[in-house]
Amino acid sequence: MTDQPQQHQQEQGQEERIGVYVCHCGTNIAGVIDVGSVRDFAGEGLKGRGVVLSRDYTFMCSTTGQELIQKDIAEHGLTRVVVAACSPHLHEGTFRTACDRAGLNPYLCELASIREHVAWVHTDHDAATTKAKAIVSGAIERARHSVPLEAIHVPVDAATLVVGGGIAGLQAALEIADAGHEVYLVEREPSVGGHMAQFDKTFPTLDCAACILTPKMAAAGSHPHLHLHTWSEVEKVEGFVGNFTVTVRRKPRYVLEDVCTGCGICIEKCPVVVVDDAYEAGIGYRKAIYMPFPQAVPKLPVLDPDTCTYYLKGKGSCRACEKFCPTEPNSIDFNQTEQRINLRVGNIVLATGFDLFDARRIPQYGYGRLPNVFTNLELERMCNASGPTGGAITLRDGRTAPKSVGIIHCVGSRDRNYNNYCSAICCMQSLKLAHLVRERTGAEVHNFYIDLRTAFKDYDEFYQRVLDEGVHFVRGKVAEVSEVPRGPDEAEGKLYVQVEDTLIGMQRRIPVDMVVLSAGIEPRHDAKQVGQTFGIACSANGWFIEKHAKLDPISTMTEGVFLAGCAQGPKDIPASVSQGAAAAARVLMRIRQGELALEPVRASIDAERCSGCRICNALCPFNAISYDAAGGVSAINSALCQGCGTCVAACPAGAIAGSGFSNEQVLAQIEGLLLTNLEPAEALT
Amino acid sequence: MANDFEPVIIGFTCNWCSYRAADVAGTTRLKYAPNVRLIRLMCSGRIDPTFVLKALADGADGVLITGCHPGDCHYLEQNYKALRRHRLLQRTLAQLGVEPERVHLTWASAAEGAIFAATIDRFVERVRALGPLRWPARPKPLPVAVAPELAEEALP
Ligand code: FES
Repeated sequence: MTDQPQQHQQEQGQEERIGVYVCHCGTNIAGVIDVGSVRDFAGEGLKGRGVVLSRDYTFMCSTTGQELIQKDIAEHGLTRVVVAACSPHLHEGTFRTACDRAGLNPYLCELASIREHVAWVHTDHDAATTKAKAIVSGAIERARHSVPLEAIHVPVDAATLVVGGGIAGLQAALEIADAGHEVYLVEREPSVGGHMAQFDKTFPTLDCAACILTPKMAAAGSHPHLHLHTWSEVEKVEGFVGNFTVTVRRKPRYVLEDVCTGCGICIEKCPVVVVDDAYEAGIGYRKAIYMPFPQAVPKLPVLDPDTCTYYLKGKGSCRACEKFCPTEPNSIDFNQTEQRINLRVGNIVLATGFDLFDARRIPQYGYGRLPNVFTNLELERMCNASGPTGGAITLRDGRTAPKSVGIIHCVGSRDRNYNNYCSAICCMQSLKLAHLVRERTGAEVHNFYIDLRTAFKDYDEFYQRVLDEGVHFVRGKVAEVSEVPRGPDEAEGKLYVQVEDTLIGMQRRIPVDMVVLSAGIEPRHDAKQVGQTFGIACSANGWFIEKHAKLDPISTMTEGVFLAGCAQGPKDIPASVSQGAAAAARVLMRIRQGELALEPVRASIDAERCSGCRICNALCPFNAISYDAAGGVSAINSALCQGCGTCVAACPAGAIAGSGFSNEQVLAQIEGLLLTNLEPAEALT
Repeated sequence: MANDFEPVIIGFTCNWCSYRAADVAGTTRLKYAPNVRLIRLMCSGRIDPTFVLKALADGADGVLITGCHPGDCHYLEQNYKALRRHRLLQRTLAQLGVEPERVHLTWASAAEGAIFAATIDRFVERVRALGPLRWPARPKPLPVAVAPELAEEALP
């Protein structure tokens, strides 16, 4: 860490030997910017600013490009390196490492982003070239005021927090725990399992979802290194990578976890029956004290005070669960309250999943108004042998089997009025449901689709199979589902699906008994808030943003926070499992390394110059600045400082130095950026 | 009326959101005006009013300050401090006879490449309409919270 960068700033620039490298990036940069002109501008025009050599090369990030820099450092004694190429978020590390290999302090290497910020966003070649020169000149001036820095090493706590106990979170948690490290799995619902636990079969193999999921749930429930916190939510996250302190709010279950055996007698005896709109998607029932499903993990009931008679009618009433509880002491505790626990973890995996699109938002499809319009999730529950109908597919009356079913794809997806993205799973899910309906009821099935997207292993084969099974496919976006017959040809009591069949160019009205809406998936309604808790951002559509869309869909911009499953974007089960495993691998790598090298961007106070005004004290959000009353000066605890630089900007005495982004660096960069208002020749003087 | 004055603008971005928005505008190949030259800081809270005055004094016609949306700052709430400083700075600018609209503050999340690009286009047009700043480049003005070495430099 640097203490007083100011001291050696003023004259230092003069003796620097700066090497400038302008990357073509194939034609990405060279196609818009006159690379040769930028090279000459730096090499000749800025000689007086310490530039001793300036080169251009097709791909600076290639091994040859990096070796070029290394060789020059050795042969020409470069003291600063400026690479004009892509965004520092992409290759800063690459070039810093190259410098390090050649013995130059990595923080003396500066990147000028002329691809993302110039070549890719401007079309006027002259203007782009001028701007590129300005950026290069700014980087050179900044580099002249850079000082050697050392990375900060922090230890990594080997415990990990996994948020969300769906299939992605379970996978991540189990892999980390299997490696012998402690994992805290926090789940908002009473049981782990997530959406997958609600499904009957999984595409394309038609494995029973419970058969493949419950072993994982059970393993999570009994793993010695895996600590489940269900019916709980993360409330606060403090600290940084390697060392987070997480506050978890445990909602009251009104059941003593260490005493209850999960025998289920309380559930049996509870006289209150309510509609279960969570696990059973609104088509089944549960008691006021309930377990979401028989295989729930942990195998503990939860009491819902909003429907329980004891809470509604006041003390003394009902208490059936308590009366019949066979354990000693009694497992029911009506006085249980919310609890907060603190966990210390080094890394976090966010696998918070998705919400189903609310089909009521498309009134013309009639969901919620026409009884025999169902959602995909309702049909999933109906197909499930342990579901409310025992696996029978029926109309809303619970008895009549449909003779014809229409399945509408892309409900709420690929639609500008709702979500413009493809939900990625609905095509295959609709095909699976079509298969199940045919298999179980023999009904005629019409699938209404915009495009069929059956990419990935064995998916298109499944589509062929469903075609062979005689499911009808109509290509067109459904305009309306109506129960009103039009004319004497149409019978009462049917649902009419109005659609333009775009393959034959005709409007059609197809009568069916049942309509299933393949509702798409959406980010969790509170994703933004959750993102703020963990310090990560959401995309325009509301999915958590990964560090790099292609090269790093697992990390986030916040070190130590990883993503898995649908929280990052729509994906199916195999993809969620893969991402969960990938996140686990990242965490394990971190744990294995034992410590982390962090950017040495920190603030420090020069006690000599500090007047003790204490303006900075209140500005620090991390309480890193304290006032030493005896010495009459403030001091920064560099272990707590995160390097935002707010105090640096606020100090009226200029006593606070911000390493990596010092006043001198920024002021010089401003000068450099504005230098090229002049033509290169004039800029020299 | 055609106005062929091309303003030069310095843009301050924070490392976590707005700089990423600029990157996203690039990767998605959005096109916007080439007048803004960006400086990356860790957070909008790092912006010292001196930086802005320095940019204006050294030849910029406008300054764009960007950071994460309120609530999204990587350092919790430092963008609120940037907001406060921006307000104060605008008053100071008015007193110095500089149009306060030349210094614009806006938020952009890492996903908002399109918004970032559109903001730049709009701001460039606004500064273009205001015309060149023509702040005498030297001697350097002595702004509010000056770094001492600058103060010394400016003394005769
Ligand atoms: S990190 Fe973006 S404004 Fe603070």
